[in-house]
Order: sequence, then structure tokens, then C-alpha cells
Amino acid sequence: MQTLGGLLTQALHLVLMLLAAPLVVGGVRWLKARMLGRRGASPLQPFRDLRKLLRKRPVLAENASAVSEVAPYVGVVATLVAVALVPSFAHGMLLAPLGDLVLLAALLALARFALALAGMDVGTGFGGLGAAREMSFAAFAEPALLVALLSFSILAGTTNLDAVAATFRDGLLGLRVSLALAGIALLAVALTENARIPVDNPATHLELTMVHEAMLLESSGRHLALWEYEAALKLTMWLALLAAAFLPFGVAPAGSGPLAWLLGLLAWVVKMAGFAVALAVFESAIAKMRVFRVPEFLGAALLLALLAAALLFVSTGLA
Amino acid sequence: MTYGQLPYDIAHLLGGAMLLLSFVLLYQRRVQAVINAFAMQGAVLAMAAAWQGAMQSAPELYLTALVAFTAKAVLIPLALRAIVRRLNLHRAVETALGIGASMMAGVAVVALAILVALPITTGARAIAREDLALALSVVLLGMLMMITRRNAISQVVGLMSLENGLVLAAVGVAGMPLVVELSTAALVLVVFVVAGVFVFQIRERFDSVDTGAFAANHGEDAFEPEPEEASTAPPGAPPAAQRGDAG
Repeated sequence: MQTLGGLLTQALHLVLMLLAAPLVVGGVRWLKARMLGRRGASPLQPFRDLRKLLRKRPVLAENASAVSEVAPYVGVVATLVAVALVPSFAHGMLLAPLGDLVLLAALLALARFALALAGMDVGTGFGGLGAAREMSFAAFAEPALLVALLSFSILAGTTNLDAVAATFRDGLLGLRVSLALAGIALLAVALTENARIPVDNPATHLELTMVHEAMLLESSGRHLALWEYEAALKLTMWLALLAAAFLPFGVAPAGSGPLAWLLGLLAWVVKMAGFAVALAVFESAIAKMRVFRVPEFLGAALLLALLAAALLFVSTGLA
Repeated sequence: MTYGQLPYDIAHLLGGAMLLLSFVLLYQRRVQAVINAFAMQGAVLAMAAAWQGAMQSAPELYLTALVAFTAKAVLIPLALRAIVRRLNLHRAVETALGIGASMMAGVAVVALAILVALPITTGARAIAREDLALALSVVLLGMLMMITRRNAISQVVGLMSLENGLVLAAVGVAGMPLVVELSTAALVLVVFVVAGVFVFQIRERFDSVDTGAFAANHGEDAFEPEPEEASTAPPGAPPAAQRGDAG
């Protein structure tokens, strides 16, 4: 029964995430447009874009190698696996025992690696520039992510996301300063990973400062659809991850029935909508920073994560 | 009296917010943003004091909170903003140390605060140890801000952020007499006035609030030429008038 429930929630979770991803991107775009006083495209627009792009044949440069062909699939599959591991409306999914936070970081790194390779493959200036920036940002973002995860694992005694979320939901830990600091560090990493505004501007591909879009300039048709879908999945996964770790309320516990799932689903939709609104407000209120300031921004995130871990060492008496 | 009890958690979280705002102060480059962050830190301090007042059922702490809020979240930031407007300060803050380096120094300073706070609180509750470490960190970060900034306004803000840390430590201790806090608050106001006058004076003298302009007037440089001048000057000429012009 437990296995059957796990299988069912896993399948439902995947379907939910696959459907939610374009909706999240479209919703954030729509909210931003409304806040800037424009009417904005319908939140369903990304679905239409994807349908159109999927029907088109990719046009590859003459000197494109097999990397250009394979990279989109590697990126999407790595992100999909990561998405399958992050709980949305229920705990105890079939793959939950595999849902290790360090594994998630590695899967994201794999997707990023594929994207950077695809950007450099044809040898255009913008592709290489975008890839170089993406990788240098990652060099700062990943240590911050891992140190933030360290404080999670000190508190929960494990790096398994399901177990961490369950520990936080029980509320025995209370409100912790170190968790707040680690949370801010994670938010900064999430903004960087998803190429959102203080780091990169998702609304443009006509700027010398672009990072994510610069790597996609050469992809078209099906490949472009895959990359865009990958970006949407990644954004949804990060929001779901933040919701799972910091707002673990209302999630159906392992082995519960359909009614609890429904409640969990409602809670999840509310949380995601809240995150989307927060993201839109944040992006409308803040300007993109210069590329050379991003390492400072991420360095600050890393230092906050370090601080969180240091405070934890103090309070747990390890130091 | 451990984690998981909401009153202590919230007090703790407010302390953490103050530490975070200290880092924000250290991270910001623009004078306006520094003043805003300082105002927020004052507001959080007022909240922390009020919360402690409710927890210790010590009504005088509400007064402390009120003083902190009016002085540090409203009046001083408004005055600082007026100074910025009146002096028409350029918007960029020049830091003596880069942002990255000062953030790193900040974390080192917090580590130092933890190392200092740990041995002297052995046997105390974990939460008291962490709270003391937080308050000490805010104090030291204020000092660091005074060192790393060359803009006089940011240095004033650093000084007052340091004082915020002191008050945070004071309100956390049950039975701290109000007199002490009131006098500290008054002291800060005096310090602020003095610092404001000082800023004006610097501005008048050097046409800038960049304390780097003082470098030319270090004691050694100013005094060294004097004997030479005295020996080369003709005995009949009035040296005092010349020196007055040069100064």
C-alpha cells in the first residue's frame, strides 16, 4: 500500500510539475507586466510558444558538433530528474529516499554544464561569453548552496530533502537565526541559478550583459523549446524546493490518502502563487546589477551561509 | 528556555535580523541606502526591546523601545537625510576597503565575537550564548564600518550601529535599569549632534566629507618644514602672516 501510494504520488507529482512549469514562468511574466502597467501576455503563453517551437526543425550551424544535438536532452533530463526528487504536495514519494540535496546540486550542475557546452559549441562570441559568465557565477553560487545545505544537515541530521522538510515541519527546531541566514543565501543562489533579475535579465536577449540568453542564441526550433522548458522546470523546482524546506506546512505526510493529497495540493498552489508574486514584485522593484558586482553578491551569500553554519556550531556546542 | 519556544525564538530572530542589517550596512555603497538600512536596524532594535519588555514583563523596556524607535528609526535618519540633501553629497560611497574584503573582514569579526563570547558564557543556556555573540557581532561590525568607510556620514552611521549593538545586549539582560539606557540614548543624540557639526566643519574646511582629505595634514608633514622655514626666513620678515595664508 505504501509503495502503491508512493508510486501514485510520484506520478502525480511529475505530471503536476510538468504542467506547472510553463504556467509559473508565464504567470511571473504576466504579473510583472501588470505591475509595470502593461497588459501582458496571457499566463498560458509559454505553452503556445513551446507548442510552436516543438513543431519546428532546429537549424544548426554548419560547424555544430554532436554536442549541440545532445546537450538539450542532457539538460532537460538532468533537470527532470531533479524535479522528480523535490516534494511538492506529498512526502514519501517513490523516489524520496534518493532526494538528497547534494544530489540535487549535482544534477543542476550537470544541466548547467550541458548548457554551457551548447553555448560554446558553435564558437560564436556571445555563446562563449555567456558560458564563461555562467560558469564563473556558478563557481560562487555552488559553495554558497553547499554551505547552506550544511546548516540544514546539522539541524536535521540528514541531507535528504524529505527528512529535512519533515524535521522542519515538526517545529521542534523553532525559528533559528542560522536557518534565516541560510535561507537568504539560498534565495540568492536561486536567483542566480534561474538567471533572474539582480544577476541576469530574463526579459531580454539583446544586451551585452545577458548570461542565460547568450548561450541560447544559436539554438532554435525543438532545441530552443527544450532549453526554455528546462529553464521553466528549474525555476519551478527551485520555488518548490524553497517551499518544501522553509514552508513545509500542509504537505501530505507519507502514506496518507487522497484527501490529504488534495489539501497538500491546495497548500502547494498557494505557496507557489505566493512565491511567484514575491518574485514579480522583487524583479519590478530592483535593477539588474553590473556583471562585475555579481561575484560580490554571491560572495555575500556565501558569507551568510558560512555565518549560519558558524552560529549553528556555537548553539549546538560543537565549537 | 531552549529552541522551539516561540518567545525566545522571536527574540533570537530579531537579534539575527540586526546582525543581518549590520551586514547590509557593510554591503551598501550608496549613502541613501546606508541610511535606510540604519533606519531599519533602529526599527528592529525597537521591536527587540519591546518584545523583551513583553517577555520579562518589564514596562520600562517599552520606553526604551519608544526611544529607540523615535531616535534611531525616525529622527536620526531624517536628520542624516537632510544633511545629505543640504551638502548635496555625491551618491557613491568611497570605501577604504573593497566590499568583498570588508564582508570577509565582517565574517572574521563575527567569528572573533563568537570566540570571545563562548568562553565567558560557559554553562549559560545555548540561546544566551548565541544572543551575546550576536550583540557583540553587531558592535564589532559597527566598528568595522567606521574603519572601512571614508565617508564621514557612513562613519557616523557605523558609530550608531555600534551603539545599537550595545542596547541589544542591554535589553537582553533582565533587570537592566532604565537609567543606563536613557543615558545611552541621550549620549547617542549628543554624539550625533557633535558628529553632525563635525561633518559640517569638515565640509567647510575641505569641500568634501571624505576623511581621506586629512591625509595631507598629518602631524609630521605639517611640522617638519617649520624649522627649515624659520632658519631660511629673513629675520625682518613677518613669518606668521605667511603661515596663516598657507594654512
